[in-house]
Amino acid sequence: MSSRRRGSYAAGVSEELPAWSLTAEGAERITLPEEWPGEITREWAWGGATGAGARVCVLDSGIEAGHPLVGEVEQSVAISIEGEEVIIEENDTEGDLCGHGTACAGVIRSLAPNCELVSVRVLGAGYTGSGAVLLEGLRWAIEQGYDVINMSLSTTKQKFASLLHELADTAYFRRTMLIASAHNMPVESYPWRFSSVISVGSHEQEDPYTYYYNPAPPVEFFARGVDVEVAWNGGGRLVCTGNSFATPHIAGMAALILSKHPELTPFQLKSVLYLTATNVGGGA
Amino acid sequence: MTDELRAAVAAGVLGSEDQYRALLQSVVDVARAIFRAKASSILLLDTETDELVFEAAADEASESLIGKRFPSSTGIAGFVLVSRQPLVIEDVLADPRFSRETAESTGFVPKGLMAVPLLHEENALGVLEVLDRPRDARFTLAEMELLGLFANQAAIALDLLQRARRAQSALLGEGELGVLARVAEALEKLRGDEDGSRESALRLLTELERLL
Repeated sequence: MSSRRRGSYAAGVSEELPAWSLTAEGAERITLPEEWPGEITREWAWGGATGAGARVCVLDSGIEAGHPLVGEVEQSVAISIEGEEVIIEENDTEGDLCGHGTACAGVIRSLAPNCELVSVRVLGAGYTGSGAVLLEGLRWAIEQGYDVINMSLSTTKQKFASLLHELADTAYFRRTMLIASAHNMPVESYPWRFSSVISVGSHEQEDPYTYYYNPAPPVEFFARGVDVEVAWNGGGRLVCTGNSFATPHIAGMAALILSKHPELTPFQLKSVLYLTATNVGGGA
Repeated sequence: MTDELRAAVAAGVLGSEDQYRALLQSVVDVARAIFRAKASSILLLDTETDELVFEAAADEASESLIGKRFPSSTGIAGFVLVSRQPLVIEDVLADPRFSRETAESTGFVPKGLMAVPLLHEENALGVLEVLDRPRDARFTLAEMELLGLFANQAAIALDLLQRARRAQSALLGEGELGVLARVAEALEKLRGDEDGSRESALRLLTELERLL
């Protein structure tokens, strides 16, 4: 699997392109690398794509590498906090402490078989401090410039809301698409509520490619999340329900789209997902 | 009024530990009945020790569990607590690492598990679990919503229980204020009596306040 790296706006691109205002001559310089077709179809969006080249990070409980439904995991990282110090273990050997991260990874792999999977483990060190670990894990993942970060978790702690908001916007501007599980209860939690991320809830249908755009946010998309057969620890499989299994369906499709159209910004990616949603243009 | 004074008065008026336990018990009993499940339980997060503690269980086999503790990020319950995400899992037996220790301590390993976080304001207080629901139909999002509604009820009950415990412990820390709690409790009991003894007691207290 080849890895693909791309400069952030901050590293070089912004020096050449007009970032803050657009002069007459600047208009020519922001010509997009690829012509936007008159009609966006699923065939245009991901036809023939395998996910190759797309880098997907699963921010979760770890991933069991080598699971038949998961395959290769490019890197496993674990985040923890001791006192004031953030510890980043870049070669985590604990695997998956729950099974949930493996489940998410398996769903992504089923849709984008050739994408590059990376695990950032932010769970397992107890409840206390879990919000801070989540924040640091997300910060680290954004710094790595992954194309997609799958987050099937959230925090309800108000004190992390503004920092998470800042991180979500940073990801958005650096072309990392944050895809996060929405709550299925009326709960204030983050970062899924921010508009710079794609938030995902569940529908009850069985087709993994069926997904809906929701015109009544905060939840923006609904994907398959009921009775999903997923990978679990020990090479096993389980049948699971929850928004946290809907989220990797959208993450997998995002990986497919980005592997075919790596130049897309998060705004454009979200637009493509909207235009190809089952209740928009993808149902035909 | 200081926090201790408030706590002392509150401790007299608030329900007792037993009453809150009964409320939690009723939540798990109803959850078990509605989902036609074999068992249901509520786990409370002990923030002091970062552990999950069994507070209520709806079947005889699990009653012995009450008071048992395990680390807060262990197994499915731990994941649900930390991630704030409800999960429904079938064939839990297929997972060789599914909270084996916890499951064995309960005396039975479930085939299916529904777990939902108990959220109150910005805090996750614990987890509600429903075990071994009959698998005669596809799971539906309507059931997920029902589970969420139960979780709200359980979260409110847990919050009240924790408040009552805090009030009681504040009172124990300030033994001399115990009389205030007893007076508040006695007044609470007299509420609704028609012989005028409550009014007399309140007049006496007003005089005492003036004197102080």
